[in-house]
Amino acid sequence: MDLNILWFILLTVLFSGFFFLEGFDYGVGMLLPFVAKTDNERRAVINTIGPVWDGNEVWMITAGGAMFAAFPHMYATLFSGFYVALIFMLIGLIIRGVAFEFRSKRDDPAWRSSWDWAIYYGSLLPALLWGVAVANLMRGVAIGSDLNYYGGLAPLLNPYSMFGGVVFLGLFLIHGASFLGIKLEGDLKDRVKKLSGKIWIAVVILTVLFLVWTYFATDILNNPGYDGMIPAILAAIALLAYGWFHRQDKEGLTFICGGLVIILTTVMVFSGLFPRLMISTLDPTYSLTIYNASSSPYTLKVITIVAVIFLPLVLAYQGWTYWIFRKRLSPDSLDLHY
Amino acid sequence: MDPVILSRWQFAMTTIFHFFFVPVTLGLALFLAILETKYVTSGEEIYKKMTKFWGKIFLINFAVGIVTGIVQEFHFGLNWSEYARFMGDIFGAPLAIEGLMAFFLESTFIGVWIFGWNKLSKKGHLAAAWMVAIGSNLSSLWILVANSFMQNPVGYAVRNGRAEMTNFWALLGNPNVWHQFPHVVTAGISVGGFLILSFSAWHLLKNKSENNEFFKRSFKWAATYALIGSILVGLIGHAQGQYLAKSQPLKIAAMEGHWETEQPASFSVIGIVNQEKQENTWEIKIPKFLSLMLFNDLTSEFKGLIDLNAEEVAKYGPGNYIPPVLISYWSSRTMIGIGLLMVLLAGLAVLWSRKDKFVDLKWFLKILVPAGLLPTIAITAGWIIAETGRWPWIVHGLQKIEDAVSPTITPGNIIFSLVSFLVLYSILGFIGVKLMVKYGTNDPAAGEGKGE
Repeated sequence: MDLNILWFILLTVLFSGFFFLEGFDYGVGMLLPFVAKTDNERRAVINTIGPVWDGNEVWMITAGGAMFAAFPHMYATLFSGFYVALIFMLIGLIIRGVAFEFRSKRDDPAWRSSWDWAIYYGSLLPALLWGVAVANLMRGVAIGSDLNYYGGLAPLLNPYSMFGGVVFLGLFLIHGASFLGIKLEGDLKDRVKKLSGKIWIAVVILTVLFLVWTYFATDILNNPGYDGMIPAILAAIALLAYGWFHRQDKEGLTFICGGLVIILTTVMVFSGLFPRLMISTLDPTYSLTIYNASSSPYTLKVITIVAVIFLPLVLAYQGWTYWIFRKRLSPDSLDLHY
Repeated sequence: MDPVILSRWQFAMTTIFHFFFVPVTLGLALFLAILETKYVTSGEEIYKKMTKFWGKIFLINFAVGIVTGIVQEFHFGLNWSEYARFMGDIFGAPLAIEGLMAFFLESTFIGVWIFGWNKLSKKGHLAAAWMVAIGSNLSSLWILVANSFMQNPVGYAVRNGRAEMTNFWALLGNPNVWHQFPHVVTAGISVGGFLILSFSAWHLLKNKSENNEFFKRSFKWAATYALIGSILVGLIGHAQGQYLAKSQPLKIAAMEGHWETEQPASFSVIGIVNQEKQENTWEIKIPKFLSLMLFNDLTSEFKGLIDLNAEEVAKYGPGNYIPPVLISYWSSRTMIGIGLLMVLLAGLAVLWSRKDKFVDLKWFLKILVPAGLLPTIAITAGWIIAETGRWPWIVHGLQKIEDAVSPTITPGNIIFSLVSFLVLYSILGFIGVKLMVKYGTNDPAAGEGKGE
């Protein structure tokens, strides 16, 4: 295995980690106005992700940095090509991040309610737009011979990709709901569960439709040699198991299944792309691959050494923080910061 | 409108705004870790109260720093994709390492620090404070490794149509890094110190007896901290100037507004710069002083902008290689002037800390309240010098700014993002500063409100 393949796998790992961890943060943010009514309830919901959201967001930053380091042409093509969509995403992430810190800093209901909506939209926009972006990566965009995509925003908002955005949003919603299932207690938790049961049905229908559409509109599920069909089927099974465990009130297993859906979907996308990074719809030879878009062997070696040392360390201390903050929260909890 | 100009405005605006908050994070994270160490080793409850009180300002500042940092991570792809393609092999690695080594550490342990007061042992919590301080300062090392390559490229070869890394240790050992990094860290220390001095002085002027002990102690700790930072940032800055005289002579010549080669060289204290005529129409000069400052003697020659430009033309072909002199000249005067003032103020604060003399010097406290902003102004001026002094290069000698911009984005796209960021950042800055003032002027003796 060469380092280009290793970095393709590491990029899959980083994006899986990002979608898994930030996925439930986005989900919690989107559920906030609908499950929590009083100020104490809202604080309980926000504080379930309070100690961890910042560390989770670094998965996105590091995935971006790793993409820049290992596959600079993908970084250049993706972010300059998807410019306007990305600006909207950044605006969402900015208002969400400060909202966590700002909202409880004044005792004024209008102030707090405004920041709650900032958390809601700041979670919804990135969730939706990452879905749109990933669906466009699956479908391919009009990349020319100079590795650039000149099409602007409009072609990215095609029906397939918009549908993909909604599916991602739905997956993050139920993932966030199952996270609240293991982090809350009492009435509030029951309310989340009731709502997420309904959302789950819609998400199942949408996901199945999306997979069928993906089968016909892209080659992700029949990419010769590396097809995404196996992870797709496993993701679908995990999604069904989510509903099963949800009904059984098995909160831990529900959360694990929700997480598996996210990770397997990410694996499906990447294995369906392999060895391509960005598909050109104009000419297959214009596609960015792990070879024509990569850094030099020397640079790949340097960042491999760093990743091999630090990624396990990160996993260890982040895992430890989830253990430290494992206690469930309720609206009467005292140890709330946000 | 020109996409290059618009992209430069956007990068300058978002970076300068981001860097209002970053040095405060660097300096306060370390200050809080020191205070908490004092609490753990002495067991005195007042140090815990101090850590928590100043911690609130730190966290508000931290939030704005974090969210504006996300934009920076993606900016090189968004607006500077040709730069990302040309430089990715070198520039991406320190950014990825920054994430893996520093951002994860800082962001994970900030959560532990905020929420862990009652969940960890005293020592465990203290360890989290140090992780945040180390993580944030380490992140500045890696971004400066990346930035230093743009100022002084080392350990690379140009092949396959791009700059490729050939020696990672050369990148890390770039002398530019080891001037810039300590300069930034000590600048952070001075900004943190002056911020605490400012709020403490405000409270001492209020003279509420139950809080005086709290703010007297805060004042004394901050005074020492600010003095150490101010002296070091100045000494390192001086060494950096001598280094620049060798590595980026055009940058230093622009800073000094020095058009003609001169031996020995005089120092322009203040003057009127005319970039079009390539001369200073009026100025006050100290003879031989520039030779002394940069070369430690009274005889050395200092090459002026006109001669240096001719050398660049011979090397890189026809063109103008003189950076915006007016901006560099006044930024450098601002930075150095404020730096000296900071040493004076922090020195007096330390001097008058003996027997708590400062408590009765109302006029001095009144000066210190607005002085909290001084380091931030100096730091901003410093970055303007560092980045405009590179002009016309984005990577010195390798890529020009005009060749680095994304070819795929339209002026309309950039105007949209520029205006969005401008509006959003203005609101965030306004609210962030207002909240910091609110919490900095809060009464530490009063009980805490819900979530406040």
